[in-house]
Amino acid sequence: MQAFEYARPKSTQEAVKLLADAGGEALPLAGGTDLISLMKDGAAAPKRLVSLQHVGELRRLSHSSSAGLRLGAMVTLDELLESKEVAAAYPAIAEAARGVHSQQIRSTGTVGGDLCQRPRCWYYRAGFGLLAVYNGKALVLDGDNRYHAILGNSGPAYFVNPSSLAPILIALNAKLSIHGPQGERELSVQDLFVNPKSDQESELALRPGEILTEIRVPPAGGAKMAIYEVRQKEALDWPLAAAAAVLKIQGGTVESARVVMGHVAPVPWPSPDAEEALKGKSVDENVAAEAGKAALSKATPLSMNAYKVQLARVAVKRAILRAAKGEA
Amino acid sequence: MASCKYDWPPPGERSLIGKRIKRLDGPEKASGRAKYTYDINPSGLLFAKIYRSPCAHAKITGIDTSEAEKMPGVKTVLAVMGVGDETHWVGDEIVCVAAESEEIATDALSKIKVQFQELPFFVNEENLDQAGDHAKPASTKTKGDASKAFSDPDVVTSEGYYGIAAITHCCLEAHGNVAQWTGNNLLTHSSTQNVPGLPSQFGDSLRKQGVDVSDKNVETICNYIGGGFGSKFGTDEWGIHVAQLAHKAGRPVKLMLERDMELEGAGARPSAFANIKVAAQKDGTLVAWDSKSWGSGGFPGAGMPPLPYVLTGIPNITTQHTSISTNAGPARAWRAPDHPQAAALTLCALDDLAAKLNMDPIEFLSKNADLSARGNVYREEMKIGAQLSDWQKNWHPRGDKTSGTVKRGMGVSIHTWGGAGHPSSCGVNIYPDGSVEVNMGSQDLGTGTRTVIGIVAAETFGLPLEAVKVNIGDSKYPADSASGGSTTVGGVSASTRRGSVDARDQLFEVVAPSLGVKPEQLVAVGGYIQAKDDPSKKLSWKEACAKLQVKPIQALGRNLPRGMSPCKLNDSGVGGCTIADVSVDTETGLIKINKMVAVQDCGLIIDLKTAESQCYGALIMGVTYALFEEKIMDRITGRMLNNNMEFYKLAGIGDVGDLVVHMMTGPGYDERGTIGLGEPPVISPGAAISNAVANAIGVRVPTIPLTPDKVLAALEKGGMA
Repeated sequence: MQAFEYARPKSTQEAVKLLADAGGEALPLAGGTDLISLMKDGAAAPKRLVSLQHVGELRRLSHSSSAGLRLGAMVTLDELLESKEVAAAYPAIAEAARGVHSQQIRSTGTVGGDLCQRPRCWYYRAGFGLLAVYNGKALVLDGDNRYHAILGNSGPAYFVNPSSLAPILIALNAKLSIHGPQGERELSVQDLFVNPKSDQESELALRPGEILTEIRVPPAGGAKMAIYEVRQKEALDWPLAAAAAVLKIQGGTVESARVVMGHVAPVPWPSPDAEEALKGKSVDENVAAEAGKAALSKATPLSMNAYKVQLARVAVKRAILRAAKGEA
Repeated sequence: MASCKYDWPPPGERSLIGKRIKRLDGPEKASGRAKYTYDINPSGLLFAKIYRSPCAHAKITGIDTSEAEKMPGVKTVLAVMGVGDETHWVGDEIVCVAAESEEIATDALSKIKVQFQELPFFVNEENLDQAGDHAKPASTKTKGDASKAFSDPDVVTSEGYYGIAAITHCCLEAHGNVAQWTGNNLLTHSSTQNVPGLPSQFGDSLRKQGVDVSDKNVETICNYIGGGFGSKFGTDEWGIHVAQLAHKAGRPVKLMLERDMELEGAGARPSAFANIKVAAQKDGTLVAWDSKSWGSGGFPGAGMPPLPYVLTGIPNITTQHTSISTNAGPARAWRAPDHPQAAALTLCALDDLAAKLNMDPIEFLSKNADLSARGNVYREEMKIGAQLSDWQKNWHPRGDKTSGTVKRGMGVSIHTWGGAGHPSSCGVNIYPDGSVEVNMGSQDLGTGTRTVIGIVAAETFGLPLEAVKVNIGDSKYPADSASGGSTTVGGVSASTRRGSVDARDQLFEVVAPSLGVKPEQLVAVGGYIQAKDDPSKKLSWKEACAKLQVKPIQALGRNLPRGMSPCKLNDSGVGGCTIADVSVDTETGLIKINKMVAVQDCGLIIDLKTAESQCYGALIMGVTYALFEEKIMDRITGRMLNNNMEFYKLAGIGDVGDLVVHMMTGPGYDERGTIGLGEPPVISPGAAISNAVANAIGVRVPTIPLTPDKVLAALEKGGMA
C-alpha cells in the first residue's frame, strides 16, 4: 500500500480544504469498509486520506413530519437503524440498511459511504480498471459477467451500482448536499451516479475536493414504500437484483408510483415504464407482475446474466406488493 | 474372539466413553488464549510475502529483484523460479521476500520486475469438447455386459448429465509457518495436519536446497489449527521457502498465505462431470451402469471418483474417465477425496431413475442396498433418517403439485468411508504425585482429538478427564501419524488405550502388595485402585501413586496394524445417509434449506458431543458446497475471479436450516471399536440437496452448486416454472 498522509479535520470546511489542497490526490475516508480494501488491493492509491470521523456536523440525524429526514453523511447504518423516527416514517430505508447482513459493516459503514462505495465488479477489483479493458477489449463482455449489468449496459461500463440505500432514496426524491471548494451545491440522489462513457470519467458526480455531507429526504406524505432484494445467501452477500417502490394510493388505486432498481445497471435504475404500468391500478399480484415485466422490457442481458432479468422482475413485483401491503 | 486386556470396557463399565463431553480446549479457543501459527511472534521476527505469477501460463524471460533488495527493511530475497521456468497457474510462486514488517514485504513485491512470455492456457473444463490436448484418458472399468443389460426391453433406463464444480478448502486459518533456526536446529510452527511427518519433509527438502540439517534437528509444533480438510499434509513449497529465508536471514520468519493465494493455490477439490446411463428392472432392481466422466484437479488433472458409488455390486458396469489438466492451482485431498463427487454423480443419477420408476428413493435405495458392502446398515440408517425428517409426510412423487411459487422437496443420499486407525504411538506417564501425562506427536484439527485422547486415558485410569494432562501438537512426542482419511480417532484411541492399560497395570504391580491382593485382581475406578471383589481394599489414586516413591511409570502404547493384535480396538468401513428438506422459490431459483438430517455410524464413539459436532460441521460444509461454492475461473485472463471471501461464497448460520444428527451406537456398532468420522458425513449433502430440489421442482438441476441461474434454467427447460 502506498504511504499516505492522514488528516483528521473537525469541520466540513476544514475537510474540504484538506481535500482541495491535495490537488485531486486526496480522498475522504468515512467508515472505510470499502476504501481501505481498495487501497490494500492497489485499486486506490490516495496520497492523503481525510478522515470525516471527527466532523461532528456530519453525524446529525434529524426528522420532522414537515421537513422530512436529514441524514448526515457520517451517520452509520446502525445509527440509522436505531432511529425510531426513520423506522416509522421511512420503513423502507431501514429495511435497505438491514439488508447489509454484516454487523461489522453496519456498525462502521455510513450512509454516505453506502452511496459513494465503488462497484464490486471483480475485474475492477482485480486491477483491470473501472471499465475493465484488457488487450483493448471489454473483459466483461467476453468474460464472466454473471453478476454484471442487464440495463444501461451499452458500454463501456458494465458494472452494477452496489448501493443499498440509493434505490429507495431515489424513489423518495431525496436530495444530497455536496460541499466543495466552491461552496455548497444540491444534487438529486439520482444525479450523484454517472454511467461513465470513458475511463477518464468516474461513476460518481463528485468533483475533486467535494464531499457528500447530507442526505435530505422529503416527507413521505403517507406514501407506501418497500424494498425487495434478491440475494443468494442470508450471510453477507450482495443482492443479485433489488428494487424499491414508493406508492401513493388514493381510494384503492395508485395515484403515482416510483420504482427504482438496484444492482442491475451501472447506476440505480428508475423505471418509468413500471410506474406507468401501476398508475390508476389497484395493486394485486398481476398488476405488480406486469409492472415487473415493464421494468425489464428493455433489458439487454449479457452472455451469462439473463437470469438477472427474471430476478429483477421478481424484485420489482415483490417490492410493489410489499409496499401496497405496508410490509416495508 | 478371546478377550484381551486392552479391550474397551464393556458398556456398563464406561464412565466417560460414549458420553457427551465438552472439548478440553474449548475455553482456550473461545477466549483467544489458544495460540495458532498466526499468533506465534518470536522476537526478531521477519515477515515474508510471495511474488506470484499474474499469468495462467507463461515462460519467465527476466527477473529483476534488485530494487526490492535495496528497500530499507527488506532483509532477504529468494527467487524460487528462474529465467526459462514456466508458470502454470495464476498465483504460482516466483520470488519470496522477508522484511521487517508485513507492509514492507508487501511493498517490496511491487518493486520486483518479472518479464513473461505468455503461453496458451485453459481453465474451464466443464465442456469436454473444448479440452482438446488438455484431456487425457484416465481409467476405464468393465464388469458384466452393460450394453446387453441396457438393451433388455424389460428394463427402465434413465440417462442424464450431472456435475459438481471444483471448490477450494477455504481453511479459515490460511496455510503458513513460522521458521526459527538455532544453529543447525530448525523449529517450525506450522498450520498442519501432519505434526509427526513434517520434520523429515523439511529435512529432505532443505537438504536438496543445500541447507545442512538433519531430520532429528527439526521440530514442528502445531497446537491449534484453523482448518485443514486435507489440504495441510505437507510443508508445501512456501514452507521450505520460509525455512530458507530464516536460514539466510539468521532470524525467525513468518509466512502465512494471503486469502487470494489460499484460494488460488493452496488446494482444491477436483471437479467431476459425467453423462450417466443407469437401468433397473421394473421392480427397481438395479442392473446396469454406464458413465463417461471427466474432471480436473487443476494442472495435474484428476482421477476418477469411485463410480458407481456405494452400490458397487451393480452386475453390469462400464465406466470411462477423462482427466483434464487446467491452468489452475493443483488439487489436494478434500474431506473424503473423490467421494462427494462420486455421491453427487451416482446418487443423483439413481434418484432420477427412481423417479422414472415412480419409486420413493428410500425404498429404491433400500431395495438395492445389498449391492453395497453393508446393506442392513443403510436400511437401518435410512429408516431412522426418514423418521427424523418426517419423510413419510413430506416426501411426494417428483414435483411439488401444491399451488404457490415456493415448492418443497425431500432428497436422500448414502455414502461410505474406511476410516481405519493409522499407526500411532502414545507415551503415558504416571507420576508419584498422582499426576498423569499423555504425550503424543499428533494434532487436533478441531475434531476433538485432544479430548478423545484424554477421555481414553482417564477412562482407563478411573479418573476424571481433568486429571489427565494431554500433550500433543509437537513432533518431539512419540509419533502419531498425519490426520487424514479419518484415521486419527482409530489410531490415537488404540495407542492411548494400550499405553494407558500398560501404565495402569504397572501401577497395579506396585500397589498390589500393600493391598494384599494380586495385581490382576485390581481395578481402577472412581479415583481409586481397588480389589475387584473387595472394594474395601483400596487406595485413592494419589495414595497409590505415592507408592511409586521417586520412579514414575512410563509406558508406550502403539496402535498395531490390523490383524496383528487380538484386540478389537478399532475397525474400518462406515455407512451413512443424509436427508435434505428444501424449499425452492420458483420465481427466483433460490433454495432454502429447511432441514438437514445426518445419520452416521462410526463404530464405538468415544465422545458423542465431538462426534456429533463433526456431523454438524459436515452438514454446514455440505450445504455450502451444494448451494454456493465454486472456483470461478476466467477464460479471458485465466484468473480465479472469486479469490476472496466476498464472492467465494460460504454459508452463514442463516443459510443452513435446522441440522439434525443421529449417531448409530449400541449393539452392532460399539463392538467394532473406533472408526474415523471426520469425512463420511460431508459426502452426501450435495446429492441429497440436489435430489431434494429435483423432488421440489420436478426437474434435475444438473450441476452443483445449485445457483439461481441454473435453477431457473432447469425450470425453464422442463420444470414447473
